[in-house]
Amino acid sequence: MPELKYSSAELMIVNAARLLKDGDVVFVGVGQPNLACNLAKRTHAPNLVMIYEAGVIGAEPERLPLSIGDPTLVSGALSVVSMYDIFANYLQRGNVDVGFMGGAQIDRYGNINATVIGGYEHPKVRLPGSGGSQEIAAWANRCYIMTPHQKRRFPEKVEFMTSAGFMGGGSDRENAGLRGGGMVGVVTDIGMMAPDKTGEMLLTALHPGKTVEEAKTNTGWDLKVAGQVKVTEPITKKELKILQEELDPTGIYLKGAA
Amino acid sequence: MPKLITLKKAISEFVNDGDAVYAAGFTHLIPFAAGHEIIRQGRKNLTLARATPDLIYDQMVAAGCARKVIFSYMGNPGVGSLRIVRAAIEKGELEWEEYSHFGMITRLQAGASGLPFLPMNQTGATDLEKSNLQIKRIPDPYGGKDVIVVPALNPDVAIVHVQRADKNGNAQLWGIIGEQKEAAFAAREVILTAEEIVDESVIRSDPNRTMIPGIVVSAVCHVPFASHPSYSQGYYDRDNEFYLAWDKISESRESVRKYLDEWVYGVKDRSAYWKKLGEKTHKRLKVKARYSERINYGQY
Repeated sequence: MPELKYSSAELMIVNAARLLKDGDVVFVGVGQPNLACNLAKRTHAPNLVMIYEAGVIGAEPERLPLSIGDPTLVSGALSVVSMYDIFANYLQRGNVDVGFMGGAQIDRYGNINATVIGGYEHPKVRLPGSGGSQEIAAWANRCYIMTPHQKRRFPEKVEFMTSAGFMGGGSDRENAGLRGGGMVGVVTDIGMMAPDKTGEMLLTALHPGKTVEEAKTNTGWDLKVAGQVKVTEPITKKELKILQEELDPTGIYLKGAA
Repeated sequence: MPKLITLKKAISEFVNDGDAVYAAGFTHLIPFAAGHEIIRQGRKNLTLARATPDLIYDQMVAAGCARKVIFSYMGNPGVGSLRIVRAAIEKGELEWEEYSHFGMITRLQAGASGLPFLPMNQTGATDLEKSNLQIKRIPDPYGGKDVIVVPALNPDVAIVHVQRADKNGNAQLWGIIGEQKEAAFAAREVILTAEEIVDESVIRSDPNRTMIPGIVVSAVCHVPFASHPSYSQGYYDRDNEFYLAWDKISESRESVRKYLDEWVYGVKDRSAYWKKLGEKTHKRLKVKARYSERINYGQY
């Protein structure tokens, strides 16, 4: 059988999709997280409930949503509520299982910067800011992020903590009274990371053909390797077909890495 | 009391230089027509508050209407960077005040409820709290963990676009309902623009859908297609092509100036703007109908 060809975006999306469980209530972002959730729903997690920060619950988009408030999310959804309700009754109250994060940087303890590079008052590069992510990271039961594995994206410590992972490590998160389990999975184009007991991100898996050395070279801290590093299951033809033919036929989010 | 006037008159009457303005709508129903009218009337020194400044505030900042922005996510939704607001902040030309979405919306909720502030649970991410002194933490008076509080946001003017309203300003909207209701109750004056002005009996046929009551509304304006390049659920689609095009237009001051000259200063009102967009665009943004099941309120 000839080897399947896929982009690094497709590799990350498929592996992120596999982290979702049937029945999960997922706070979804547009772009790659949306594809991962829809892929999971069409494969192993048909009962996935997709929630969007615009206030849509149980979306079943018929076309590829191009913004977080795309009208296709509304038509046929289970419910549409105000933004105050989605953040208070759904997220703060503890009704969300999974949050998919984005951001420019993620550090050793899974904290995320989506706000600024350089000082806050005199920014060198001003990024979009929190949006929903500050609260999603704090209050969803499990958080995941997909990001290309590059040193600049994985600094030792984020310059600005937009969203908390395990903060300074240890019992910081617990002490701050955060209800959710924090950043439990990082999916990159080299492999996967997950936190140890102290909240430090360890390399736990490699994609087929990737090496520990590659992962270490592209991480901004001295990346520790879990006792047993797994190799992720190869992408299947079926997964690729759903992504390329059903979910994103023009390849808007599937091409390239970011 | 009938409040039906033209958008031109509503802006001239209710939006003053130096006002805090909240143009509501999360991706959906963004009141672009009102934003353009404010630009045409040359308002200055406005404080522009919105969870997502979106293209509407990018254009208003470009036109020199703003002194300050208050926001929680500053991007071109689904496209990338919001170039003009971002550059103005990076160059120190524009004041800004920043929250998370929940912080921003909680400010409006407090304003809408007539409260001085509202609490939220802690998030562990304290950098924004250190940078924005409006965000504070106080002890839970009932003995739990400290809570984060944000002050009420009470804009001078809220601008809300809706699918339908009667001439008294009783307004119904559906689809993504973001923060329209909260903005309307929080503001001192409310300007409504509506795709359709309907008879009061239409509103009364489905009272649960009325999000904004006429009693808080200052002016109602009949402005079809007022939210393009955003959308009105069931009426027309989001113009994603324009959101992508703006990414290019906003790369240089010259092309922004050219855009404003042609599409804002160069058109009299929204109806001229819509006509200028042309048949091809109208056709591209058309949506097929998908009706809800009727419900029975009962005859009592």
